Amino acid sequence: MSGVRVLVGTRKGAFILTSDQRRTRWEVRGPIFPGWEIYHLKGSPADPNRLYASQSTGWFGQLIQRSNDGGKTWEPMGNQFDYEGDPGTHQWYDGTPHPWEFQRVWHLEPSLNDPDTVYAGVEDAALFRSIDGGQTWQELPALRGHDSGASWQPGAGGMCLHTIVLDPNEPDRIFVAISAAGVFRTDDAGQTWRPANRGLRSEGTPDPNAEVGHCVHRIEMHPSRPNVLYMQKHWDVMRSDDAGESWQEVSGNLPSDFGFPIGVHAHEPDTIYVVPIKSDSEHFPPEGKLRVYRSRTGGNEWDALTNGLPQSNCYVNVLRDAMAVDSLDSCGVYFGTTGGQVYASIDAGDNWSPIVRDLPAVLSLEVQTLP
Amino acid sequence: MIGVVLPAHLRTLAQVDGEVELQVEGQATQRSVLDALEARYPMLRGTIRDHAAQERRAFLRFFGCQQDLSHEPPDAPLPDAVAMGAEPFLIVGAMAGG
Repeated sequence: MSGVRVLVGTRKGAFILTSDQRRTRWEVRGPIFPGWEIYHLKGSPADPNRLYASQSTGWFGQLIQRSNDGGKTWEPMGNQFDYEGDPGTHQWYDGTPHPWEFQRVWHLEPSLNDPDTVYAGVEDAALFRSIDGGQTWQELPALRGHDSGASWQPGAGGMCLHTIVLDPNEPDRIFVAISAAGVFRTDDAGQTWRPANRGLRSEGTPDPNAEVGHCVHRIEMHPSRPNVLYMQKHWDVMRSDDAGESWQEVSGNLPSDFGFPIGVHAHEPDTIYVVPIKSDSEHFPPEGKLRVYRSRTGGNEWDALTNGLPQSNCYVNVLRDAMAVDSLDSCGVYFGTTGGQVYASIDAGDNWSPIVRDLPAVLSLEVQTLP
Repeated sequence: MIGVVLPAHLRTLAQVDGEVELQVEGQATQRSVLDALEARYPMLRGTIRDHAAQERRAFLRFFGCQQDLSHEPPDAPLPDAVAMGAEPFLIVGAMAGG
């Protein structure tokens, strides 16, 4: 079927929303894995019917599910995530050493060209990889073993590796983001890593310009221009034009530069999207108005997109992994809220309508454009 | 045969209805019962006890014959009625969360 498949992870199961290319009528399927937290599910770019899902609860721990038929059927895969060697300690909230303990998988990033290779970003922060379709997982330990690793501290949501960006031009280059350590980059497929946080400034920390220790919420790249990265930090929207060597603030005229996700238009690398949130202590839209902000200039100049979005009494949040785009001619933009709504715009953000309104809190959203 | 009652989510995961009946080699203990359970239903590995240390997950408890067996040593014999299949070995999820 040509069209769009939206993969939604929620607090109580997964949902799959499908439509043809018109994107006006949607089939909603789910809950899949009802009652479980689905932090993330994502399809392989090399085989769109190959999906991976991270399924967990506090009772039964972590499971990884795999589908080979676009989500119709699923099979539990390997769920053993062992840190390499003696895991050592990182800093706890109070600054004391705390043993590295696996909690859950936040993000699954399938390889760009091999359906059986998939990366997993986990809490406590580490990067794992499977090369057998999710049956077994091996840590890439040099990241956690970086000189700064013992000083990493968790953000309020836990010390999670939540973002994995694969460079389409340089197969050995990977960017990851960790709350609250920051961005790290490898150019040798994970054998060595270095921080990529120059230019980030985190007020209220002992050294606002520290090399490591920034609460990066999300980074995104347009595949046609992989040296340009966009970031939603805890506060500040940032941009790098040199593959993370340095960052500049592009918050411009946003009503708040706090937020979680950031998105990039499928065909316009300078068109980006954020959802401003009032503050780090008030996780809802300013003035109770749910507004996506779009910049067509790669940041600094932003326009509010409100058509079809609630403009009063709206106090939902949009989490870091809960915004994505399709790559149809008229780019579709999608996001899910903690109130259970999934909104779609089929005209690059000019107009919005809900696909579904009453799901459990949305944790993540990914979009597949099907041939 | 030893009967094991799983919490609902694990019955769904293992694709079983009702009580699971297991043939356990040697003495019936928590460890031997869980080893047999995981051998028959590999998808349950890591969901009842962690992979490395084999420790019971914190929000699960083990019961048999109206006794809380959760803090018994893993190699301690289970009550005779459980070992003989007259009473099930219960794996119970905490009533907690939202």
